[in-house]
Amino acid sequence: MLPGTEGPWARFRAEFAESRLAMAGLVLLLAILVVGILAPVISPQNPYDLAQLDVMDSKLAPGEASAEGRTYWLGTDDQGRDMLSGILYGLRISLGVGIASTVFALAIGLVLGMMAAYFGGWVDTLIMRVVDIQLSFPAILIALVLLAVLGQGVDKIIFALVTVQWAYYARTVRSSALVERQKEYVEAARVLALGQARIVFRHLLPNCLPPLIVVATVQVAHAIALEATLSFLGLGLPITEPSLGLLISNGFQYLLSGKYWISFYPGVALLLTIMAINLVADQLRDILNPRLRK
Amino acid sequence: MSAPPLLQVDGLRMHFFTKAGVVKAVDDVSFRVERGEILGLVGESGSGKSMTGYSILGLVDPPGRIVEGRIVFDGTDLTRLDAAAWRRIRGNRIAMIFQDPMMTLNPVLRIDTQIVEAVLAHADVSRESALARAREALVKVGIASPDERLLAYPHQFSGGMRQRVAIAIALVNGPDLIIADEPTTALDVTIQGQILFEMQKVCRESGTALVWITHDLSVIAGIADEVCVMYAGRFVESGTVADILDRPLHPYSRGLIDSVPSRNERGRPLRQIPGMTPSLLSLGEGCPFRERCTSATPHCAESPAVTEPSPGRRLRCFHPLQ
Amino acid sequence: MSATGPAPAPLLELRGISKRFTSRLDLAARIAARLGAGARPQTVHALDGVDLAIGAGEVVGLVGESGCGKSTLGRIVARILEPSEGERRWMGRPYADYESQGSRSERLAVQMVFQDPFASLNPRMRIVDVIGEAPVVHGLVAPRERETYVAQVMERVGLDASLARRFPHQFSGGQRSRIGIARALAVKPRFLVCDEAVAALDVSIQAQVLNLFIRLREEFGLTYLFISHDLGVVRHLSDRVVIMYLGRIVESASTEEVFARCNHPYTQALLAEIPRLEATKRAYIPIKGEIPSPLDPPGGCHFHPRCPHSTARCRSEAPRLREISPGHLSACHLNDAP
Repeated sequence: MLPGTEGPWARFRAEFAESRLAMAGLVLLLAILVVGILAPVISPQNPYDLAQLDVMDSKLAPGEASAEGRTYWLGTDDQGRDMLSGILYGLRISLGVGIASTVFALAIGLVLGMMAAYFGGWVDTLIMRVVDIQLSFPAILIALVLLAVLGQGVDKIIFALVTVQWAYYARTVRSSALVERQKEYVEAARVLALGQARIVFRHLLPNCLPPLIVVATVQVAHAIALEATLSFLGLGLPITEPSLGLLISNGFQYLLSGKYWISFYPGVALLLTIMAINLVADQLRDILNPRLRK
Repeated sequence: MSAPPLLQVDGLRMHFFTKAGVVKAVDDVSFRVERGEILGLVGESGSGKSMTGYSILGLVDPPGRIVEGRIVFDGTDLTRLDAAAWRRIRGNRIAMIFQDPMMTLNPVLRIDTQIVEAVLAHADVSRESALARAREALVKVGIASPDERLLAYPHQFSGGMRQRVAIAIALVNGPDLIIADEPTTALDVTIQGQILFEMQKVCRESGTALVWITHDLSVIAGIADEVCVMYAGRFVESGTVADILDRPLHPYSRGLIDSVPSRNERGRPLRQIPGMTPSLLSLGEGCPFRERCTSATPHCAESPAVTEPSPGRRLRCFHPLQ
Repeated sequence: MSATGPAPAPLLELRGISKRFTSRLDLAARIAARLGAGARPQTVHALDGVDLAIGAGEVVGLVGESGCGKSTLGRIVARILEPSEGERRWMGRPYADYESQGSRSERLAVQMVFQDPFASLNPRMRIVDVIGEAPVVHGLVAPRERETYVAQVMERVGLDASLARRFPHQFSGGQRSRIGIARALAVKPRFLVCDEAVAALDVSIQAQVLNLFIRLREEFGLTYLFISHDLGVVRHLSDRVVIMYLGRIVESASTEEVFARCNHPYTQALLAEIPRLEATKRAYIPIKGEIPSPLDPPGGCHFHPRCPHSTARCRSEAPRLREISPGHLSACHLNDAP
């Protein structure tokens, strides 16, 4: 029996842990996720509950206390909303939108990409031409047009993000599946007269996942950034459900007049989130890279 | 013979220091190659034969490292060389041929560019002169219409042709020693025959020594003068081809020869060596073959020393066959 | 051929099998071709009019070098590929008869053992699933008896059944070979196509696996189509040897006949080239030339550019496979000497 007799999952965990930076990124990411999920519970204030706001507290600097003695750790914005709470809620929305859109885009891209690879012929040509057309437009442009037509709302922005992203997954899965399809274990499955559906889902799919996971992880970051951009431009999410992008947008006008914190801290939060995701994605990519195994 | 050997490997140990432990890829291997001699280095996967070849040329990267031993080539200890000295030796005095010719050939460069590059790296000659030598080299390895071939790219060649080009590159600077790591394993039998023919002819004519690394005993039988058998990173037996094939002393060599189909009666079960090659991670002291050896005794738990039962014959076994 | 009555019908029969792989031009290339760019679809002539009959219990060794089409033929027998022309028969009836009726046992009767122990096992499936999936899917074994059944099959091929829950990368090359064999055996086949099944193995492991093939043949009454480039292995295992060159069968005879009295010039060259395990130094007298590409095979007899005896007739007319002595077939014009 060869050494290294643990299963692939245990080995994967061990390899991931080799990079301190990636582990740090993972820890940070998990912290952000937890914080985002628990936002309503842990934030000092619900910044969108108008009853809780006191406009007299607006534009307080970080650490400053209000007239009643409440300390706003990261200051307040121009409406008197607590920045810290705003960021926590914003993280929640940003992450939620980012992850949801990625998951849906992945599902759609996965199915279409595998169909294209497995069936070939006109199915392949059709799907791939759609993918090509989709990918030749700048993502922002498509999203802007869609949102202009659809209006504001969390579901609409998710829809726009999915539309813009599924093509990456389809293309990645297709090239992966094309390679795997030629391999002998797929031929073996055919000699064993296993049905087509079983071959595609039980044999091909699990082996096409690694590159897909890498793409998906990075795409979550892209989705979040894209959503932030759209919100910054005023499209997508309404005022009542601001993501980090919208928060940054709110504070933009004050950036050079001394009240930097209204944009700055949401910006930092956004930066940390995307960086954490990228660190994890980098390590994933390195591990999941096909290597010669001896 | 009074002349010192061209290459003398003494007690070579090369280990890989991995997270999972120390892999003793080459563990106390010694042999020598005379000028113009053809040595067959024989072993199965995990025997360390390829790693020995790489060690000779200093091609071992971390986490691998030569931990002990000397490799003396024409008076110079190769384990002590710096980068500049290596550049003068590699491709010039010692050349290597790999199993996959695409390890030698750059897919985006033309053949003439690549061979000329090899020449100009070691000789201060004009480009025309280098090109002429390239052409000569292709002819020497049996490539017809060399002028056409020089203008082509590697992907336009078959596997056998590419390997011939790789051999031409190895030969073009007239090295004293060529190390060939399984060069014909991936090729068809008729092409293998051609290449063996070319290599034999060239080496005999130019007096180039050759270390031919392979797992295929029958290839060795046809081309080599001396044979060195390796198992699990260790040296096991060496001698002339006739000695090893007709009178093997080590049980492993014997088992290897016996398991070849042509040495067995048709249709009957082949004589086989039971068990599997041990993992190089968990090898301790003692003979690595003892788990699978029919002659093993408790004494084999100690590492046997190398003995010389007759001149030119070396062996590492407490219970040689008779 | 029996002298006492009609020969029993062969178990597997191939008639006139041809296979061409054509690379289609995509839309852009087709437009370019219309405009005169001269791009043409390339056709690989992998197989050209192959006839082969294999009787029950026989071991037929199929030998040839790259481009001869032996792997393609194996895949056509195993139903991975469809022939461009020609007929395949199993127990006297065309393959198509077995597709529609859902007669699973017959569809599973021909199984394949692959060359690459790495690539032929799904790296993400445990061995118990690799071996046990098909029997359960096809109803040969009840789901709750799967593990016991897999354990039995593993023992039969010499694997330790306690390792069933491990993944392929945790096994050595020889063990993976055995897993591939177990996977094929698990569906109770009658016919195994072994496509270079031992080529990737070390000599000592190869001996073990070859012995396994011999043992299984006796134990289960299997029939083999053993595809290999290694004549030594083929000689040891086969009753009959079929030699292919560039898509055609050039010679077919019992193993003894082929090695003692081979007829076709290519076979002669092949046998002369095999490195032998003898200490006498050989002068290799190689056969000249490279194997032509199956994209553009030479006209007439495919072997004529490299044949030391070729004539004008060989360049223009393809020789037919003819019986030159009982049971010995060869495709060479030189046999027609008056």
